[in-house]
Amino acid sequence: MTKDEKRHCCEGCWEFADPKCPDLVKCLLFRPRGVVDTMARERVDSRVNALKRVDVSTPVIYVGAGTCGLGAGAAGTLEAVQEWIRVTGTKAQVIQVGCIGLCAEEPLLDVQLPGKARLSLRHVTRDKVVGYLDSVFANEIPAKGALMQFSGEGLENWPSVPTWQEHPFFAPQERIVLKNCGLVDPESIGEYIARGGYQALATTLTNLTRTELCTQVEKSGLRGRGGGGFPTGKKWRFALDTPADQKFLVCNADEGDPGAFMDRAVIEGDPHRLLEGMAIAAYAIGASKAYVYIRAEYPLAIARLNEAIKQAHSFGLLGENILDSGFNLHIIIKQGAGAFVCGEETALIASIEGKRGMPRPRPPYPAVQGLFGKPTVINNVETLSNLPEMFTMGVEAFAAMGTATSKGSKVFALSGKVCNTGLVEVRMGTTVRKIVEEIGGGVPDNRAFKAVQIGGPSGGCIPASHLDTVIDYESLKEVGAMMGSGGLVVMDEDNCMVDVARFFMDFIQKESCGKCIPCREGTRRMLEILNAITQGRRSEKGFSALHRFQGILQLEQLAKVIQDTSLCGLGQSAPNPVLSTLRWFREEYEEHIFNRHCASRVCKELLEYTIDPDACTGCTLCARKCPTEAIMGAKKSPHYVIQERCIGCGSCLEVCRAGAVRAQ
Amino acid sequence: MTMEVDRVLDKYPQAGRDSLIPILQEVQEGEGFLSQNSIVRIGRHLGLSSAKIYGVATFYNQFRFEPQGQFHVQICRGTACHVRGSAGVLTALERALGLKAGETSQDGLFSLEVVACIGACGLAPVIAVNGEFHAAVTPETVKSIINDYRKQAREDDDEG
Amino acid sequence: MIDLMVNNRRVKGEPGEMLLSTLKRAGVHVPTLCHLEGLFPSGACRMCVVEVEGVSGLVPSCAYPVREGLTVFTHSTRAVQARKTIIELLLANHPDDCLYCNRNTHCDLQKLAADYNVRSRQYFGQRTSHNIDMSSPSIVRDPDKCILCGKCVRVCEEVQGVACIDFVGRGSKTTVGTAFEQGLNVSSCVNCGQCIMVCPTGALREHSHIKDVLAALDDPEKKVVVQHAPAISVTVGEELGLKPGTDAFGVLTAALRGMGFDRVFDTGFSADLTVIEEASELVHRIRNGGRLPMITSCSPGWVKFTEEFYPEFMGNISTCKSPQQMMGAIVKSYFAQQEGTEPANIYSVSIMPCVAKKFEASRPEMGSHGTPDVDAVLTTRELVQLLAMRGVDASKLRPERADTPFGDRSTAGKLFGATGGVMEAALRTAHFILTGEEWPKSRIQSLRGMAPRKEAQVKIGGTELGVVVVSGLMEARTLLEEIRQGRDDIHFIEVMTCPGGCIAGGGQPQHSDPEILKARMQALYAIDRDGDVRTAHSNRSVQRLYDEFLGEPLSPESHRLLHTHYVKRNVVL
Repeated sequence: MTKDEKRHCCEGCWEFADPKCPDLVKCLLFRPRGVVDTMARERVDSRVNALKRVDVSTPVIYVGAGTCGLGAGAAGTLEAVQEWIRVTGTKAQVIQVGCIGLCAEEPLLDVQLPGKARLSLRHVTRDKVVGYLDSVFANEIPAKGALMQFSGEGLENWPSVPTWQEHPFFAPQERIVLKNCGLVDPESIGEYIARGGYQALATTLTNLTRTELCTQVEKSGLRGRGGGGFPTGKKWRFALDTPADQKFLVCNADEGDPGAFMDRAVIEGDPHRLLEGMAIAAYAIGASKAYVYIRAEYPLAIARLNEAIKQAHSFGLLGENILDSGFNLHIIIKQGAGAFVCGEETALIASIEGKRGMPRPRPPYPAVQGLFGKPTVINNVETLSNLPEMFTMGVEAFAAMGTATSKGSKVFALSGKVCNTGLVEVRMGTTVRKIVEEIGGGVPDNRAFKAVQIGGPSGGCIPASHLDTVIDYESLKEVGAMMGSGGLVVMDEDNCMVDVARFFMDFIQKESCGKCIPCREGTRRMLEILNAITQGRRSEKGFSALHRFQGILQLEQLAKVIQDTSLCGLGQSAPNPVLSTLRWFREEYEEHIFNRHCASRVCKELLEYTIDPDACTGCTLCARKCPTEAIMGAKKSPHYVIQERCIGCGSCLEVCRAGAVRAQ
Repeated sequence: MTMEVDRVLDKYPQAGRDSLIPILQEVQEGEGFLSQNSIVRIGRHLGLSSAKIYGVATFYNQFRFEPQGQFHVQICRGTACHVRGSAGVLTALERALGLKAGETSQDGLFSLEVVACIGACGLAPVIAVNGEFHAAVTPETVKSIINDYRKQAREDDDEG
Repeated sequence: MIDLMVNNRRVKGEPGEMLLSTLKRAGVHVPTLCHLEGLFPSGACRMCVVEVEGVSGLVPSCAYPVREGLTVFTHSTRAVQARKTIIELLLANHPDDCLYCNRNTHCDLQKLAADYNVRSRQYFGQRTSHNIDMSSPSIVRDPDKCILCGKCVRVCEEVQGVACIDFVGRGSKTTVGTAFEQGLNVSSCVNCGQCIMVCPTGALREHSHIKDVLAALDDPEKKVVVQHAPAISVTVGEELGLKPGTDAFGVLTAALRGMGFDRVFDTGFSADLTVIEEASELVHRIRNGGRLPMITSCSPGWVKFTEEFYPEFMGNISTCKSPQQMMGAIVKSYFAQQEGTEPANIYSVSIMPCVAKKFEASRPEMGSHGTPDVDAVLTTRELVQLLAMRGVDASKLRPERADTPFGDRSTAGKLFGATGGVMEAALRTAHFILTGEEWPKSRIQSLRGMAPRKEAQVKIGGTELGVVVVSGLMEARTLLEEIRQGRDDIHFIEVMTCPGGCIAGGGQPQHSDPEILKARMQALYAIDRDGDVRTAHSNRSVQRLYDEFLGEPLSPESHRLLHTHYVKRNVVL
């Protein structure tokens, strides 16, 4: 801009003022490009700070209203907050934020008073809202309510409340993908840009050619975060180097692993990060059309994504001629219809094409011949969401994080028998122990740790002896597990590992597409063997016992063939949970098979019910409840169970008021 | 009923096969399930045989060929929920509702579905009734949750 | 050419081809179950897996493009064990009743189990169980025996363009079925039976009428007559120990007579009849501005296809019945009169390379006064079964001649068995009708061979006629769409439902050898080349039928007996 064209940028430029200043976006991204005037520059800077809510002039109340927050009751919390505001007549802004990751403490409610650090409160169910807000607005910390605070320059800290960086759950984390989740307003593109968003897109579009961009990503060492671990830059290059009149980028947001919700959190909490990543990837391969294939079970994420796409379009960050670079991109959302196998690349493509989601043989690989026969790159949500920050910090810095073969960070969904369930993001190379014990806070209720399952139905378990395994694609494979999409389920002594294997095999059987014989029929028979091992003690006949003994051998033989010959990754990795539990917990299998005993008392049909004669009061309640009349005993005398008649239903245990029934 | 299908199809003039799944989703959302009539009409519209349409629809968990209950109960079968005892919750639900998964009750009040991970693993075991989540459900609390809905249905009946 | 090592032997591969083709050419036999030649590999059965150096898992050779320097082991322990396990897994979900199955001794799964030395039952779990679908007059579906190879679905969709069946459900609950799992008879199935031809087990088979025929043969009240299609005599020899492509007509006649059929007729006779009626109809349309292009009507799968999908073309189809039905009509009228027998006491059997003919025979238009013109249709496979039951030893039989009045045929009628044959035969007679002279050339080469579409411009007198021959319904569909779009240079079209024509019909012996198909085709051409009577209108016996009974082509009597009409079908599903 020349001196003659000095402009005083108006405050309205940050909202969707009509007509928008034509230089708005460039101004934001390359600021202070056009802003010659010092006053205007100061105004822009203060606008940026206001959007980032470094400090606020009006109090802001944040409610963690991601799906897990809602599951914990955040809807009620939100209503109560709005009611409180109405009743007290307080001037305060309410922002619904995504999931910050500490799901165990949800519903989370943050209050940011002017001049003070943002205070985060825990377990704020509807009934606690009034009390907590009254306290905070009176500058008092509610007893037992404070979780942590976000200190900042020039802000007054709350006394005796740990900062976010100090909190044991967050301290060891390095958040690249989850950087904004739980902190920002996911429905504000302005805030995303104020925090540096879309800068990476602007820089790559202006300074890098497509092939240079692919090289950069190859240098970064970024590998697919959906489970495959394929080098992202390499995949892009296959597509870039294949000539075609149309190329596609597909974002895999199907997230079918039971126990994984990383992708959902990112889309609900920071959707623009994904869009920016998609735009960078699409530019790299030369795609002008992109699809987000997202599970229908994620309605909030879908809504946020739709809104974010609309906003990006209105800011010229999607659509035609993005940032005057000549690059066009249109993003279409496709909802999955409920099929885990559609997380597999070729099955996903078939699903978008309107067919049954059945995989195809590869070659040809999707990057060369994919959706509608065109070169298609399919990247996971997390992979794409790494890109903006990766370019902001620089690919060398990214590559410096992690191990020799696995760079950057990984998001994990920590769940199961662990104190701090939720989402964590750690740098590659962190030990599993650190995640489970330090961040997760270990196993609750004084139970003993047994194993941690990594990688869902394609993964394996890690026993206590190998907790020091580092998070690294290859290291995990060596111990029989797999990075997978990042589901980390902790198990304690009350979990039965054979049951866990059976659970995953059951899942695989239900989700198998049925196309290839080893997976369709092989996992079916493996499941039957596992069922025979964990069930049916009482209904068993002689022949079945023989099958049971054969079982372990057959499991291993079948596993080998299924791994060797299945058509797709679902089948190839289906035997992993079984092989992994067999490797580390073989004694449990043998106990189930030969002794017909389940030490963790999970396999109900293997339990033996007895009555402790010392504790029994002879009330006859159990005898009356028993559906097979398997309990005998006179009134006021100790009762006993006739084992041959007992079917193991457990009703006696349920009704006994004296605690005399034992299940072993 | 026909009108709903046609209303959806009108939004997809000259649609290709890649619109099949979105169309099926919209039709099911409008009518509650996929009827024979809908499937045939969709097939005609897209130039695909009914067998193809049916073959695609039956592949995916989402599609129903029978109407749902007034209260649709979904129980999550994810790992975290399983590890925290969702199997027992399912048994309790089946007992409380008198249904097996995939069925609708005779009075049309309830239907039961086992779904893939809902994604609220921190609060396992989770069930959802008409989209409303209930966290940390146990076999003991199942009965009271269901009874609340039964009561609600009676109240709606009384009003209506 | 690409150099690779297979089982420590140097082998040459062609760039772009799949490993399976290379192996086949090199004489290395790798089993397949879901492979369909000419279609994109499915990769479903995993039977063709081989070990490739440098690749961690086993590789499906049907979908693996050859590369320079590949080292392949097709029968390593790992590969063989994998295949055996897959067979065992299939058997675990398969009914144990080989001995009672129609595919006993010629079943792909049975052969694999034998080849791979399966000696014990390994898995004892659940077996999926479904109802048998016997609703269709032509095809019986037995889903318990289905191994979900998907070939039937692909053939129905990609080769025939009908797609009346598809995979239903998912995982181990998958079945192959129609929409809403209704019977085949209310679906859009055209009864072509190409699905049966590719089915590796007994999951798909024809609706059998052997019992009915045997009962009729045993019935002293009934006069049982049999006709057999041109394609039969050049096929059945294969099952009687003769070289493929041998014409076993005489021996077959002897065998049928020996079984107790009162008369053995030749469908070639009525094929000549069809030629005369159809050529006359074509000339009539050309001369009087009738609906063109005219399309043949002897393939019942094609007729049903039109009635369902392209009813606006029903007026283009010739009103002539097929040779089978024409024979049935004259048997129950002319022959019955001659014999002094009531039509109801004549049991008319036909042996066809086709399962759609079973449907055709049951059409209400194909009969009068409640009596069908053709009472039972047997496929070539059923014929073979019958011959086995009756202990027929072909080597001991002396060839015999077919019975009058319907036993003589021209070589034109014989050509009906191959795609393009009807067209050639009809053109020879049309030429005669239009010009009074015989067709000058001995054959129309451009209309011969296995290509799915063959076109030609033929000059008859002063008229130029555009003719097209297609086989396979997908090809027919493409042609109809061209005509819909405005193509108007065609006068006459021959459509055969089955790719290759009747020699590759849905009722023929199941196999996948294209060489045998070629041999059958060559046999027909050889008969045409060496025969004396080479045109339908020269067939004296046919002339006599006109003189004594029908009058002339397209006469009212001809129309009544030998022509039919078509019915628009609103397919429910």
